[in-house]
Amino acid sequence: MSELPRGWEMVVGLEVHTELRTATKMFCGCANSFGDEPNTNICPVCLGLPGSLPVLNEHAVDLAMAIGMALHSTIAPSTFHRKNYFYPDMPKDFQISQYDLPINSGGHLDLPDGTTVSIERAHMEEDTGKTTHLGGTGRIHGADRSLVDYNRSGVPLVEIVSGPDIRSSEQARLYASELRGILIATGASDGRMEEGSMRIDANVSVRKAGAPFGTRCEIKNLNSLRSLQRAIDYEALRQVELIEGGGVVRQETRHWDEDLGATSTMRSKEEAEDYRYFREPDLVDLIPDDAWQERVRVNLPAMPAERRTALLERIVDPAPAQRDAVIVVIDLGLESFVHAAVDAGADPNIALSRVANEIAASTTGHQNLSLEAFSRTVLMEQRGQLSSTQAKTVLGELLEHGGDPVAIAAAKGFEQMSADSVVTMVEGLLEQHPDEWQRYREGDDKLAQFFIGLAMKATKGQANGKDVIAELQARR
Amino acid sequence: MSKPLRREDVAHVAKLARLHLDETELDEFTKQLGDVLEHAKDIESLDLEGVLPTAHPFGLVNVVRSDTVTASLQRDAVLRSAPDAENGRFAVPRIVGEAP
Repeated sequence: MSELPRGWEMVVGLEVHTELRTATKMFCGCANSFGDEPNTNICPVCLGLPGSLPVLNEHAVDLAMAIGMALHSTIAPSTFHRKNYFYPDMPKDFQISQYDLPINSGGHLDLPDGTTVSIERAHMEEDTGKTTHLGGTGRIHGADRSLVDYNRSGVPLVEIVSGPDIRSSEQARLYASELRGILIATGASDGRMEEGSMRIDANVSVRKAGAPFGTRCEIKNLNSLRSLQRAIDYEALRQVELIEGGGVVRQETRHWDEDLGATSTMRSKEEAEDYRYFREPDLVDLIPDDAWQERVRVNLPAMPAERRTALLERIVDPAPAQRDAVIVVIDLGLESFVHAAVDAGADPNIALSRVANEIAASTTGHQNLSLEAFSRTVLMEQRGQLSSTQAKTVLGELLEHGGDPVAIAAAKGFEQMSADSVVTMVEGLLEQHPDEWQRYREGDDKLAQFFIGLAMKATKGQANGKDVIAELQARR
Repeated sequence: MSKPLRREDVAHVAKLARLHLDETELDEFTKQLGDVLEHAKDIESLDLEGVLPTAHPFGLVNVVRSDTVTASLQRDAVLRSAPDAENGRFAVPRIVGEAP
């Protein structure tokens, strides 16, 4: 993360668009399905053919309200407007969107770092078609013609607008990441930024600490959390350098170029937006009553913050690395493994570590690994029946093929060394390395690792490190 | 009272709607649209304290459908009606600038 010059502060607000995980589009029964053959999910409504009429998808409203509830918004009577513009991604020549009366207004999102970002609104709107620009350089300005796929046209979206409360690119990343977790938890979104199901625009301005807000620029095309963070850092520094060089920031929309690592002007405020918003006459007011709201509320699962707290409570006096591990485990929705293992009597520290490392890193997913097999593996490790290296190998096997951890350990020849043979081996090592043994006895604890390493080498990983240390300490 | 409609207002709205009006048409529509607005001004003489704007003649709210997939159109049939198509997509002239 780059720092702004002394005395300067960035002010950032984010607009996050999320596609809703409905079966159908927002106003018609065409499938809402990413990656289908182009223009196979189209009908008179989403093609904007004359005479077609939109009818609102009930489940899209459920999901929009679920998002609002998770963000502590007020659910209010709302309406739909037409946002008029000419661009081939919208064949009606307008986009249906909520405008002055959004379904969710106000709210806040608490971040894992203890800060809070206010939410201004979370409103419903429809997505546009996907244009591909052909010819020339492949960039928009050089294209000869454009091809349009309307499968995405009319897919339900919720746009979540934060207050201008964010003060660093790291906080922006945390906000987007936490919001993504909430969208996934509510079932509203799959959170796949790479597929465009979550898209972010950033409003960035700078000011001297304590001064009024500066003029803001809106940055588009942020397709990953990394882009978001880089673009905000770039843009804030650009504005500070512009102002310090005697220039003035113009309000404009800027495009982030990931390859160049820079933003550039897309359009300035002068050519802006006169969308002639007016009420969509083909849709009536949306006023979810208490019963409808309650139906959504009772189905709302625990949000990431609550799940993190529940998981942290199982770790006694968690270290910073363990707090990070908890965030990873909740992000990936893997906490049921930790809870199951701890419930079965496992050491929470070992369970958390195995989930945050081995399971989280699995490239083949975890559908083969049962909660019970995981719990038993952790118990075997903690009872010394498996060394940690062996436990990781067994877990790898379980993740790939499933099965019974005891059988896998036996098949791999992971039989614990007997206590006698540990004693004999340690004796041998001490005779071979008298100088190190002497220094260890005089209090150089680091040498314990040296002897464990030798023991592992001598036994090809079969020795249990804890037994070796116990033997060293007994002889000290 | 709202301001009377000016010729430049009509020109601006025509531009936003991608309508090309010549000088004669601008005069003509400024008068016609002005007459319509004049007519609606009758409402301003009424006492509307506490009356909410009406966007709809019906008293309906919450008209929704269940989230169930229905048949889409056949792509080939649709694209045959399009001015131009390529690789299963609608082909349109080069676009200047990005989507709003």
